Order: sequence, then structure tokens, then C-alpha cells
Amino acid sequence: MSKGRFGIHGGQYIPETLMNAVNELEQAYNFYKDDPQFNKELDELFREYTGRPSLLYYAEKMTKDLGGAKIYLKREDLNHTGSHKINNALGQALLAKKMGKTRLIAETGAGQHGVATATVAALLGMECEVFMGKVDTERQALNVYRMELLGAKVHPVTSGTMTLKDAVNETFREWVSRIDDTHYVLGSVMGPHPFPTIVRDFQSVISKEIKSQILEKEGRLPDAVIACVGGGSNAMGAFYNFIEDKDVQLIGCEAAGLGVDNPKNAATMANGRLGIFHGMKSYFCQDEFGQIAPVYSISAGLDYPGIGPEHANLKDTGRAKYVPITDEEAVNAFEYLSRTEGIIPAIESSHAVAYALKLAPTMPKDKIIVINISGRGDKDVAAIARYRGVDIHD
Amino acid sequence: MIKLRTAFENKKAFIAFLTAGDPDLETTEKLIYEMVKNGVDLIEIGIPFSDPIAEGVVIQEADIRSLANGTTTEKIFDMVEKIRPNVKIPLVFMTYMNVLFGYGTDKFMSRCKDIGIDGIIVPDVPYEEKDELLPYCHKYGIELVSLVAPTSHDRITKIAKDAEGFLYVVSSLGVTGVRSEIKTDINEIVSLAKSVSDIPCAVGFGISTPEQAEKMCSNADGAIVGSAIVKIIAKYGKDSVKPVGEYVKSMADACHSVSV
Repeated sequence: MSKGRFGIHGGQYIPETLMNAVNELEQAYNFYKDDPQFNKELDELFREYTGRPSLLYYAEKMTKDLGGAKIYLKREDLNHTGSHKINNALGQALLAKKMGKTRLIAETGAGQHGVATATVAALLGMECEVFMGKVDTERQALNVYRMELLGAKVHPVTSGTMTLKDAVNETFREWVSRIDDTHYVLGSVMGPHPFPTIVRDFQSVISKEIKSQILEKEGRLPDAVIACVGGGSNAMGAFYNFIEDKDVQLIGCEAAGLGVDNPKNAATMANGRLGIFHGMKSYFCQDEFGQIAPVYSISAGLDYPGIGPEHANLKDTGRAKYVPITDEEAVNAFEYLSRTEGIIPAIESSHAVAYALKLAPTMPKDKIIVINISGRGDKDVAAIARYRGVDIHD
Repeated sequence: MIKLRTAFENKKAFIAFLTAGDPDLETTEKLIYEMVKNGVDLIEIGIPFSDPIAEGVVIQEADIRSLANGTTTEKIFDMVEKIRPNVKIPLVFMTYMNVLFGYGTDKFMSRCKDIGIDGIIVPDVPYEEKDELLPYCHKYGIELVSLVAPTSHDRITKIAKDAEGFLYVVSSLGVTGVRSEIKTDINEIVSLAKSVSDIPCAVGFGISTPEQAEKMCSNADGAIVGSAIVKIIAKYGKDSVKPVGEYVKSMADACHSVSV
């Protein structure tokens, strides 16, 4: 087995041209992850720039309304730039800077990772170019303008399904053509080793904080942690420090689009099978000949035909479970949380809220659920309005 | 089985690529015959993939055209099986790992053997992951072609030492596609490879003119051309047989004009 494996998953399935680049990245990361100076700088950025730790909020109204388990929301939506993506973007950009890189490139789906990368590039004085599926530039137009405002160049990707998968293809193609001064800030726990590990480590601050916050508030660990999964970075971050705590149920909510039985879905765990793509062995939605399937979700951030290799292994070992959530369920949850708690969650995070709406009432009142609110929903307001048949301008 | 090495015997080799099923498999058949008639020494038959991350726009679009026409791995196997008795040069498949894995790597290689495919090139499987392919290649006698790139540096000798068939030298950074200029020091890569192995070295990525092919053949054992051919096929579709033949002749003549 080659490097970077999670069970049978992971590995480094990339063109030869990139091999030395990922090897250098691995060496640099192994050095800096234990470097006190690097960690001090990153902690300071997390605290002073991002606003960490993010709050763990007791959703009292929601808890009472559902009448079951006590619900806490991990407020990653309150981070600077509005999502958990900034955790990884800061970490990787700082690492790239230490490696002497001057230019950052990134893929983005909903635009949150692109915005985070553009933000960090502005802060650290680096060049930034973001690749985004053309369909996504249209449904997340606000984020395109945000990235441009931050000084990044946004390339609409017109190949394939013109969504996140194609943005990843194009960013890999760009990286192959310019390696010396450029770091690819991969936005999720996917791709070739060492990316799944690096991204997970930078995101694991989420579960580290949840753990200490819930111990302080409740004096015990939660019974379930729920997060949405596309590539799986916020979920991996929210799960990671609980993996050894076997009594904590870990639940990933994937995008079922119009339904798992309808061709228009992105439910990789429900419908995918083992494959090798985007640098990793993992589960992918594909046809009988290994052609990657065109997937669909209302959520641009979850509209991806694969999933990170560590999640694939958590599924194999049974440590985490993965459930499909439809567009309709997610939109209902989006509206529910807005009305009930005055918190507008990202449509991605709304998939996690949707599952909590089903789960909480089935659990006794002395049980505790933590939902990771991975991002805020301002960016989705126009799309949800359209979904409900209201035509407003972004 | 024809050893890939035979393409390089007593001459510099001209290697041509085309995407199977673009514009349709009947034309692919005719194109293969026409290329052979015009002096090609080895043909890389591309099995289209939905997301070819190492390809530039020209081959990406060919893959999409082919898949949209209903081309499948199975239909490509049938086409090769039909033409193989009439084609005496080595034939290799070029495709992405998930095409093999999705079909079943063992079953895929077994079919390759049955239909007379001699080698395979899989650009998203680097040296570190070759166990994904090599056991099956050896089981069925299919040669696994390795790639080296301008960024390979210290990896070149390691890769060349274990290479089979021929070594695919990627001429430039980036994806496949026509380039006006190739700046990499091909000589340096080839001599590093030759210091550890007598493996033939063929240069690909960015080559489109007879002049470039001739230059590459003076530094290496052969030249590989893909996008320039696929471009002609894209332009003329079913009528591309003649223009592709003429182009292949000019390129093959240029390669063969260089003395060994």
C-alpha cells in the first residue's frame, strides 16, 4: 500500500508531473505541523483574524420545539468569511508561504472556499486564482463578486457539468502547468495524499473546540455529532477528535438532490461505488464503465460525485454513518432554523440541520446532539427564493 | 503480443494518438488503417474518460464527443478485436485509472490480452501506485508504459530502471496540447534514463510540426503526437481519414529521416 491510506482508501493517483510537488508539500507539512513558531502564528490568526473559538450555542427554542434531545449548534458560520473553509485556507496559505510559494490557486463549489482562499491571499500578500464551475458562478454570483473584490481572479469552468468536479479538474490542470511558485489550496479532505490529512488537521480545530466547550457546558460528551458532507471537510473536522470516543455517534449528511432513487442526486455513500479519481481511491458516483456520473444538488458545495477517503474508511469500519437528505428537506431546514433560532444556515449546513430535525424527536431529553453549522446562508438567500418561486435579484 | 520495443527497431519511432469513437468507432477503424499505411510505428488508442485531468481542451472535447456518441469500453474492445489481425504494429491503450478499475482491472487486462493490445498508458497512476496495475499487466503480458516529466528530477532513474516498453517523456509542464516551443532539456532527461536502462525514450506533449518531431527524434528515440491529430479529426469528422493520413505521413517521414 502506498502512502496516505485510510483503510484501502486514499493514495496518490496523480500525473507524474505533480509527484515532486506533493512530496515537497508532505515534507514541508511534516516539518511545520510540529513547529512551535508555525503553530503560534496559525493560532494567532485563528484567534485574532477568524474569531476562534467559534461559539457552541444551545438552541433552546429548537430543542423545546422538537421535544427530544438537547441541541447545540457549532457556529462555524460566525467565522470570518462565513464558513469553516477559512480554517484550512489559513493553514495551507501559511504553509505555502513558508515553502516560498507566492501564488495560490483553488477550486470552489459554493464559493466559500474560494472566498476564504482569496481572503487569506489578500491578508498574506499572495496572488490568487479561483476556478469555479460556470453553473456555480451563476447560482453563487455574490461569492464571485466577493472574490474579485478581494483581489482574486475567478475563472468560470465550462467543461463537463460545469460544477465542483470540473473546477477540481481545471485546478489540477492549472497546477500541472505552473508548479514552482504556485500552491494548490485544496478545499476539502480529498485529492492525493497529503491533502486529506492536511485539510483534516486544519479543520480538526472544530471538534477540539466542541469537545472542550461541551465538557464545560454539560460535563460530558455529546451523543451525536451531525455534519453535512460533500468532499467532507467540515464533517471530518467535526468528527476527528471524537473518533476514539465510541459512544459519540458520528453522522454525515449527504446531498440526495431530488431523491436517492432519482438520477438527479449527489449521494455518493448511498449510490457510489469504489473508484479511483481526483488523486484518491474512495467512493464515487459512476457508471458501469467507470465514467464519473453527472451529479446534482441544490447545494453547490455538496454537488460532488466523490467523498474524502477518510470518510470512506469511517463508513467501511462503521464508525460513522451517512444519510441522504433531499433538496426539499434541506430547504425546509434552512427556513426552520432561520425562523426558530434567527440563524440562517448555509444550504450545505441545512442538510445537517434537516437530519437533526428527524433524529432529535426520537431521542430522550437527556441526550445531546451537536450540529455543525459549517457556514452562513446569506449567499443562498437568492437561490432559496428562486426555489420557492420568488424572483429577487442577488 | 508484439513487444512495444519493436516500434523502435532500426529507426526513430513516430507514435500517434487518437481518441476511440471520435467521431465514431467506424472512423476510428479507418483512421488506424490509414495511419499504419502512412508509416506510424505505434498507435495509442485513447479510451475516453469523463474527466481526463491530464488532457488539454482538444482531447477533453474529443472524449466528450466520443462518450456522447455512446462509445463504451466494451465497444472499443470489439473494434480493436476486429482490426487487430490486419495491423502488424504495437497497439496500446491510453486511459485513466477509473476506466480500468470500474471495468475491473483484472478483467480489463484479460480482455486486452485476448484482443491483442500490447501495452497500456495510465497518466494518473504514478510510480508509487503502480501496484494498482503491474500485477495484472504481468499476469496477462501487457507492458505498462511509465511517464517522466520535466519536474521528475531525482525520480527519473528510479522510474527508468523499472520501465517497460518505452519511457514516455513528457516534454513540458501542463496538459496535452499543441505548443509553439518546447523549452525542457530533453537531452538531460533522456541521458539520465539511459544511464540506468536501455529503454527507448519517446517524447510527447506539445509536438505538432515535422520540424519539432525531427528535433525530438534527434534527442530521443521517438516522438508522440496526439492533440494535433485529434484537432484534424475534430475539424473533418468522418472525412478526416485522408487529411490525417497525409499529416501522419509528414510526421512519420520526419521521424524516420533522423538516423539512429
